[in-house]
Formats: sequence, C-alpha cells, structure tokens
Amino acid sequence: MKYIDEFRDGALARKLVADLEIEAERLSRRVTLMEVCGTHTMAIYRHGLKPLFPEKVRLVSGPGCPVCVTPAGYVDMAITLARTPGVIITTFGDMLKVPGSQTSLVKERGAGRDVRVVYSPMDAVETAKSSPDKEVVFLGVGFETTAPSVAAAILTAKREGVKNFTVLASHKVMPEPMEALTKGELKIDGYICPAHVSAIIGERGYRRLAEVYGVPCVITGFEPLDMLRGVIMLVRQIAEGRAVVENEYFRVVKPEGNVKAQAILADVFEKSNAVWRGLGPIPDSGLAISPRYESYDAMKKFKLSEPDVRENPACLCGEILKGLKEPLDCGLFATACTPENPVGACMVSSEGTCAAEFRYGERSRANA
Amino acid sequence: MRDDMILLGHGSGGQMTHDLVNKVILPLIHEGREAPEQEDSTPLTLPTGEIRFTTDSYVVDPIIFPGGDIGDLAVNGTINDLAMGGAVPFALSLGFILEEGLLMDDFTKVLRSIGRAAREAGIQVACGDTKVVPRGRGDKIFINTSGVGLARNGLRPGSAAVRPGDRLIINGTVGDHGVTIMSMREGLKFESPVKSDTAALHTLVDALVKAGVEIRAMRDPTRGGLATVAVEIAEASGVHIRLDETAIPVNKHVAAACEILGLDPLMVANEGKMVLVTPERDAKKALDVMRSHPLGRDAAMIGEALETDGRAKVTLTSYAGGARMVNKLPGELLPRIC
Repeated sequence: MKYIDEFRDGALARKLVADLEIEAERLSRRVTLMEVCGTHTMAIYRHGLKPLFPEKVRLVSGPGCPVCVTPAGYVDMAITLARTPGVIITTFGDMLKVPGSQTSLVKERGAGRDVRVVYSPMDAVETAKSSPDKEVVFLGVGFETTAPSVAAAILTAKREGVKNFTVLASHKVMPEPMEALTKGELKIDGYICPAHVSAIIGERGYRRLAEVYGVPCVITGFEPLDMLRGVIMLVRQIAEGRAVVENEYFRVVKPEGNVKAQAILADVFEKSNAVWRGLGPIPDSGLAISPRYESYDAMKKFKLSEPDVRENPACLCGEILKGLKEPLDCGLFATACTPENPVGACMVSSEGTCAAEFRYGERSRANA
Repeated sequence: MRDDMILLGHGSGGQMTHDLVNKVILPLIHEGREAPEQEDSTPLTLPTGEIRFTTDSYVVDPIIFPGGDIGDLAVNGTINDLAMGGAVPFALSLGFILEEGLLMDDFTKVLRSIGRAAREAGIQVACGDTKVVPRGRGDKIFINTSGVGLARNGLRPGSAAVRPGDRLIINGTVGDHGVTIMSMREGLKFESPVKSDTAALHTLVDALVKAGVEIRAMRDPTRGGLATVAVEIAEASGVHIRLDETAIPVNKHVAAACEILGLDPLMVANEGKMVLVTPERDAKKALDVMRSHPLGRDAAMIGEALETDGRAKVTLTSYAGGARMVNKLPGELLPRIC
C-alpha cells in the first residue's frame, strides 16, 4: 500500500540493519540517540526495532508525548471546569485518564460531569453551536501538530460569532525542550526529530541545536525503514564529526514547513513560558492564546490559575522524559502504575514511554 | 399510537406490547417459519448428549453499520460462541432493551437482520423479551442473547490444549469490524470502504471437522482483537506463541486507518474471524479447507506455538525482522492525540 508497504519491506530492513552495523563500527564509543516524539517511541517498540540496533547505538525516549508532559495542575483546572454547572468539557480521548492531583476526567465523567471526547477541535465548536445554553470548553493540548487546528477552531468560532466556546490552552512547542535537554545531565549525541511537528515547523527549528550545540538532528518518518535510515544518518554524522539538520522524511516535511499553519499559529497564539510535567518550567516553550482572542481563552473567561501540584515522589516519569531512566527502572511500573490506572504521565498516553514498554516491551509484566 | 418510533407504551405489557410483538417482531424474525407459542417458557426438544450454553449482550453504537447491524451481530456472535466450543448451534433467545424514541424503521431493519441471520444459520429463535426504557436511559437498542448448541462427540477444543509445535491459522483479515465502527463514530467519521466482517462461523467449523482436521483450540477474536486471544491461549496452555507480522492479513484500508489513529490492528475487534490452533501435520489441510470456504478465502497461517523459557508469552516477529511482545489490549481503544 502506498506509503505503508514500501516502508515495511523486510529484505530492505535487513539490509539497512546490516548497513547500520557497518556505520556503527566507525564510532569510537557508544552513542546515545534520543527519539523525541512519542509516536516514534511507540513505533520503535511496535516494530521490534530495539533489538536490531548495534551495541554501540543506544536509543532513549524523550518528552514528545503531549499528554505525558501536561502538568497535573492543568488537569485540576479542567476538573474544576468540569464541575462547574453548565460547562461541557470537550477533549481528545487520551486526556481522559491523565491523573490530576486527586482525580481524572474519566472518573469525573463517571460521576456525571459532562465530559465529551471529540476527534477535532472543530467538533467542539459544533457542540457549542448546538448547545447555546452551555459553555463549551475544549482542552487544547498538543505540540505544533495539533495547535494549528485549535487555532483554526478559534478563528471559526470568531467568524461565526460563537460566544460559548473557549479553549483551555496548554500547547507546547518542541525545539525549546530539546535545547533544555541538550544542556541537561544526559549527553545526547543525536536527535531523531519529531515527524509531525517537523511537517509544521520545517527544518529551521532544529538548526540551533546543530549549529550552537553541535548535536546532529535527523527528521524521520514513523515507518520502520524511515527510522532505520534516520539512525544510520545520525550515526554517520557522528562518525564523521558533523552536526547538521538532515531530513529523511522529505516526502512529507518541506524545509520551510507548513507556512500557512505557521501563520495561523502566529495569529492566534503567542510564545509563553510553560511547565512540562516531569521537566519543570521551560522558557518560551508554550503557546498561550493571544490577547487578540482572549474571549476564547478559558483561563481568562473563568478566571483560572494553574495550581502547582507535587508529583508522586516514587514516580520516575521526570527522569524517564529526560532520558535518564527507563520504565523498568521504576518501582511503580506495571504494579501500582498501569495504563488503566496510571500514576505517572508516561503511562497515561498510548504514546508514552512506559505505556509502550507495558504494551510491547520484552520484560513487560502485562502477560504475567 | 405513533408507529414511527418506539414509545414507553411498547414496553407496558399491554395492548401496545402485544401489537409490537405480534405485528412487528414475530413476523420479521420468523418470516416464512412458524413462530413459537407465546407462553412464559418455550419447550425445546434437544437431541441427547452434551449441550453448550452461552450468553452475550450487544450494545454497539452505531446500531446499523456497513456490513451489518446489531441484529445479525447478536445472532452471529452467539452462534460463534457456540461454534468455537465445537458445538452445533441449536436455538437462541433474544432480550431487547429499547430506548424510547428508537425509530421503528431502524428497529424493523434490525429485526429483519435477526430473522435472516437465524434462518441462514438454521437456528431457532426460541424465546424473547422486550422492555422499553425512557429516553436517555439506554442507547437506542441493547440486545441480550443466550444460545444452546449440541456438542460434537469427541470435540472439546480448549485453549489449554495447545502444545508446542501447533500452528495458528486465521480465516481472514483482522480489524475490519472495529475500524468500520470507528469510521462512523460521531466526530471521527472518515471515508472508508471497509465493511464489518460479521458472520456466523459454524459452517467453517463444520468443514474443518468433516475434513478431519484435528482442532486443539478455536477462538473468535472479538473485542481485544487477535492480540488478546493469542495471549489468552498462551496463558491457558503455558506456551510461547510466536506470530509473524508479515503473515497476518490486514485489509489495506484498515492498515491505513490504524496508522492514522495510532491503533494496532492486532488489538482491533473482529466479528467474523476465528483463530484455529491445529497440530503442524494438519495445518496445511486446515488452510486448504478454510481457503475453499467463503468465510476463509484470505485464511493464513500466522504463527506457531513453541516451548517456553518458563513463562507463557506471545511475541511477534515484525516486518523489520525485530521481535516484540504482544500483550492484551490494556483498556479502551482511544485514538491518539497527534
């Protein structure tokens, strides 16, 4: 099938694995590569790629799952709104189970709050139009990938005069936390850059990482052959002492990205400081709704402020999101913390590192 | 009386219920056949021997979808529960819980499907019940079915009977039903040519039995998909099941939808699929039998049972040649955020 079968050719995959082994032989030491994006993490587990990487190439997972990095304080605000009479909460499905400090939206829904799963922010606008006596709040969570569709929903609501629609925005952008991680405790030798985010922002966003910090960056797609090629390109750069931004996913990602989406983002949002679950505050890593559209900002309309919530100290999500620890290092993994009853953020989303390990990992206890 | 929708009075037990049962339900379900007498219980003359008994409830939304509806799903699902146990389906019951406001057109469509599915399978609808709940207290229509079937002599398939060396065969593509339903869900609606695979599998089982295929285990991978059933078989029998991703048939539209939504086709529901586990010596014969049956044209050998290293498990060899664990569907299937 177009764009799937071509990238799942077993013979080609075996050849790429052999090529990778040859490239890795040129490395003078073991290198650590980070796949930033949760979809990459899930694909690596799902296609069983980890055992195929040579000893000298270590892959760690990064903070690129938008649900995982959404702070508990944000969930608490959403729950406050869900408990407000006359409010309908609309959200993407995988936000439902994210634990706040006391409860989660799925539990609130069970207790009778009006929490509805939608598949597009535009559906939330439609809900607002069909429920004029209610306030409809959409939970705006996600990176550069989902933010443009939320911006478009706000623009639609404004154009159509929908006054009972707001967004509780917790959007984040990707290059800034990558820079923060580069300056952090873990020595990252190369980044597998997120594919969907790159389709929006293009190659430009990662240039500082390569030029200022000397970290090679390769944008890759999600298919097994894409990822194997991307790792080969990274290993080759490291072996040759180069650090540039390369694009393996050129069939989707243009060097300049999606200019139209960038314009919508710049119109509706503005850069803000943001708190990342597990990583803490990172300057300029968030997208807040611009004052021009403040009547669509749930924070302002409902006069909310995000509480500072302490995480469970036994949970290692913060370390995992920084690539310092792996799921099996955590004492809660698959015992107190499971996808159905997650303690930490990495277990919540289907794209979280712990959820991937739980579902596909060699030593997962899900079968036990 | 408004005849275009279900009203609370249809569940009153009075004249409206009588009219609904006698003028709508029974003629459509028993079209061309004699309806059973309306007493508080129905006499059933079963052939002697061991019977198998099963029950299931159907709450699918939407109630009508490409490839079928909640009616044939309920009949086929109950037949399959009996057939997977090696039994010949004999009779079933139908309990309807209808929501006030259900369109009569939709209800009659479902009833016709029930009648057709039961007739084609040669199974008797022996008894039934109808209740109506106020609008908002149900979801259009819920159906509970119980079924009885006659066990075949000498055939008692079970997941615990699987042994190292056995082969796993599936009768066709996985994930069709789940993706069909998802494609119609409010807010998600995407164009898809995929149809539900809902079907009664007992004739396929008949063909395997007649051909002398030794059946160690049979399971229909409904909710939770192939992955969940494979793990349940491994756990029950204490073997290591190795699946081959390149051999598992997946409709290309299902594969594409799963990629977009971030779903694993192995965890998506099926309603007309069976996983057969048979000793290696019978695997080719089983595959040939399936492929010559209308419900098994895309049958494939998808894996084998191996000795364990001390722990029952399921692994999958991927397209890329790597290996990973296969686990049960952990909870609700939710499409990803980005």
